[in-house]
Amino acid sequence: MCLAIPGKILEASTTENDATALVEVAGVRRRVDLGLLEDRPRPGDWVLIHVGFAMSKISEQDAIDQMRTLAMLGEAEAAMTEVRGYGSGDETSAEPPQGSK
Amino acid sequence: MAVAVSKVRFSDPQIEMAHGAGGKASRRLVEGLIAPLLLSSPGDLLGDAAHVQIDGVRVAITTDSFVVKPLRFPGGSIGELAVNGTVNDLAVSGAKPEAIVATFVIEAGLPIEVLDAEVRAMAEAARRAGVRIVGGDTKVVEHGKADQIYISTTGIGRSMPNVHVDPRAVKSGDKILISGPIGDHGITILLARGELDIEADLRSDTRSVLPMVEALAHAAGSGIHWMRDPTRGGVATSLNELAHDCRLGITIDESSVPVGDAVRGACELLGLDPLHIANEGQFLAVIAAEQADAALKALQSVPGAEDAAIIGEIREQPAGALLASTKYGATRIVDMLVGDPLPRIC
Amino acid sequence: MKYVDEFRDPELIRKTTQEIRRLVDPQRQYRLMEVCGGHTHAIYRFGLKDILPENIDLIHGPGCPVCVLPMGRIDDGLSIAKSNDVIFAAFGDMMRVPGAHGSPLECKARGMDVRIVYSPADALKMAKANPTRHVVFFAIGFETTAPSTALVIMRAKQEGVRNFSVFCNHVTIIPAIRAILDSPDMRIDGFIGPGHVSTVIGCRPYEWIARNERKPIVVSGFEPLDLLQSIVMLLRQLQKNEYRVENQYQRVVPWEGNRGALKAMAEVFQVRPYFEWRGMGFISQSALRIRDAYAEWDAEVRFSVEGLRVTDPKAAQCGEVLKGVLKPHQCKLFGTECTPEHPIGALMVSSEGSCAAYHNYEHRKLVALS
Repeated sequence: MCLAIPGKILEASTTENDATALVEVAGVRRRVDLGLLEDRPRPGDWVLIHVGFAMSKISEQDAIDQMRTLAMLGEAEAAMTEVRGYGSGDETSAEPPQGSK
Repeated sequence: MAVAVSKVRFSDPQIEMAHGAGGKASRRLVEGLIAPLLLSSPGDLLGDAAHVQIDGVRVAITTDSFVVKPLRFPGGSIGELAVNGTVNDLAVSGAKPEAIVATFVIEAGLPIEVLDAEVRAMAEAARRAGVRIVGGDTKVVEHGKADQIYISTTGIGRSMPNVHVDPRAVKSGDKILISGPIGDHGITILLARGELDIEADLRSDTRSVLPMVEALAHAAGSGIHWMRDPTRGGVATSLNELAHDCRLGITIDESSVPVGDAVRGACELLGLDPLHIANEGQFLAVIAAEQADAALKALQSVPGAEDAAIIGEIREQPAGALLASTKYGATRIVDMLVGDPLPRIC
Repeated sequence: MKYVDEFRDPELIRKTTQEIRRLVDPQRQYRLMEVCGGHTHAIYRFGLKDILPENIDLIHGPGCPVCVLPMGRIDDGLSIAKSNDVIFAAFGDMMRVPGAHGSPLECKARGMDVRIVYSPADALKMAKANPTRHVVFFAIGFETTAPSTALVIMRAKQEGVRNFSVFCNHVTIIPAIRAILDSPDMRIDGFIGPGHVSTVIGCRPYEWIARNERKPIVVSGFEPLDLLQSIVMLLRQLQKNEYRVENQYQRVVPWEGNRGALKAMAEVFQVRPYFEWRGMGFISQSALRIRDAYAEWDAEVRFSVEGLRVTDPKAAQCGEVLKGVLKPHQCKLFGTECTPEHPIGALMVSSEGSCAAYHNYEHRKLVALS
């Protein structure tokens, strides 16, 4: 149910009745059916491919945002540790103040 | 400490395609039915070639048959596979190939150009591999009784004096080398069948690995404890067989296994694991730890083996199993498949 | 590979697991269910259990469309293909699933024309290329796959391709989740939601889980970082006693789903009043059948199928494993009578079945190290 892979649209051909696109996944190419996407993607767009059909357009921005969120994991916590370490009155903090990284 | 081959029981009622796929089912068929009945010493471990002593001369002999659809594919054809496959089996058993005989089983109706092309391909492959084809046999069967042509080759070679490969020589700490990127052949064939409508700039890797084995023998000689060419069933099958035969554990680092982009892309798309895909121009070697780096350098200096890599090592545990580890500290068992790897959508 | 490799970055994986360790309450046991078989496969393939803290238990749900297919349906599909004029086309996943008279591959070995296709569109192409034969496409899958089947059936009608029909076994995910939650022996703290099904149905269909059952559900992608981030999001909700639907897989899953895909499904399919799920019994409104307007492309209408119910051997505990009540190795037949080589239940055949995943990726680790 779930094997779907991101691929890049190389070229699209649209006829009256259906739209297919040549999609590339790491150097491997296949014609993929765009019929399920009302908002037709264009060459250069990335789509999620499942059983030879494009299921969704991939949002580059959302991917970037996600990576940013992940990269920041733990940094909010580290910042808090630093703040606490500057004698805010929290007895549980035994760590001396750390220099900023 | 020979592993008793005949302990495996084989009770399948009929032969299935899985029995020819090189994985678990194939192994059970050989170990459970054929070897116990045919071999004079069925307790012996089964290698890529058998070594026999004839008047004090140690000679290796091997045989293989080639069934492939389509007959011609990017990078080669059945004829080349037939020669290189047997040359490679001899080479990785530590023997220098000397002579080959070939059998053709041909389907009536096969156009002559097809047969001509394959025979020429064999002649060329033999020339490149430095081996003589000295004889053979031809049979013709009715139309529909063979997939155009089946080729079988039997080869003999002279055992290399300083190379003695045996799973029993494998020790914990030994390193595992691969001669180059995996999966090229199997994926090429899969795509060449045309059923999946996928195209890629990919070619079969079929070639003789003899020059690489010779370079390795020169650099590491007695430090080579085991070699195998991972054909059907891929690296996973060969290493599982080794783990089973030497009763030790094998751990490979997933990120060090060389895989070409197109193979990777096709495998991700189809839900396949490159470790299970056939290779026809690569081999694995298990080398004593202290010689591994020198062996790798020697291998990498052979044209065509620049991507050779150390991919893992032998360990005590988990005995009998192959583990793949990731850079983030997780591991998974990599098992042999039952039959051929099938594309999946789930 | 873009959009794949970044989400397997070892450094970020380490960071995310650190965050998970920071979030878990060491006194608490967390039971999180991943509904989708693809997630089960990913968890094992990427060895995620190795890097998660001990008190997080990942329970495998019934989202494996191969695993839940009753054996009788495979027999019915194969019986259609017994006639020499028929080509039986199916995804690779189906090929080794045992029917009462053998799996599709075994039938192929005995001379039946069985072919693997990657796409339902390829099955239609096959029909056009073989005008004297009839191609039956054995359709399986949840809502991820159903729209593609629907579109292909619509095309078959538009183009007047008469030698093509579909044996439809599409199932839907919400009734399965409901059946899990209704199960008396179930205790799940939160759900990892099916990422690719959600590209079609969106995130709204899960709102009742949060609202009525008060469980958090995070719709997740399939790379290691996706699953780990989803676990972070679930833990954060559990920590604060929240229960909401969240979308971790935002780069791919639209909250409202895929309208084009939903339209195609509505055009071609209607919901069956009930359907049998292997190991789970009959679940109402849980599967799709082809509408009368497309009856000519419905293999169940074109051909007569026996519709026999084939019961699983009593000792096989597929149902309990499917619902997450038992772990694969707790089934009495696991690893002995039932192995990937001779599977008894479909959970051992399908690559995303929890028994196969456990057996292939995990089991021997325990045995060897013990």
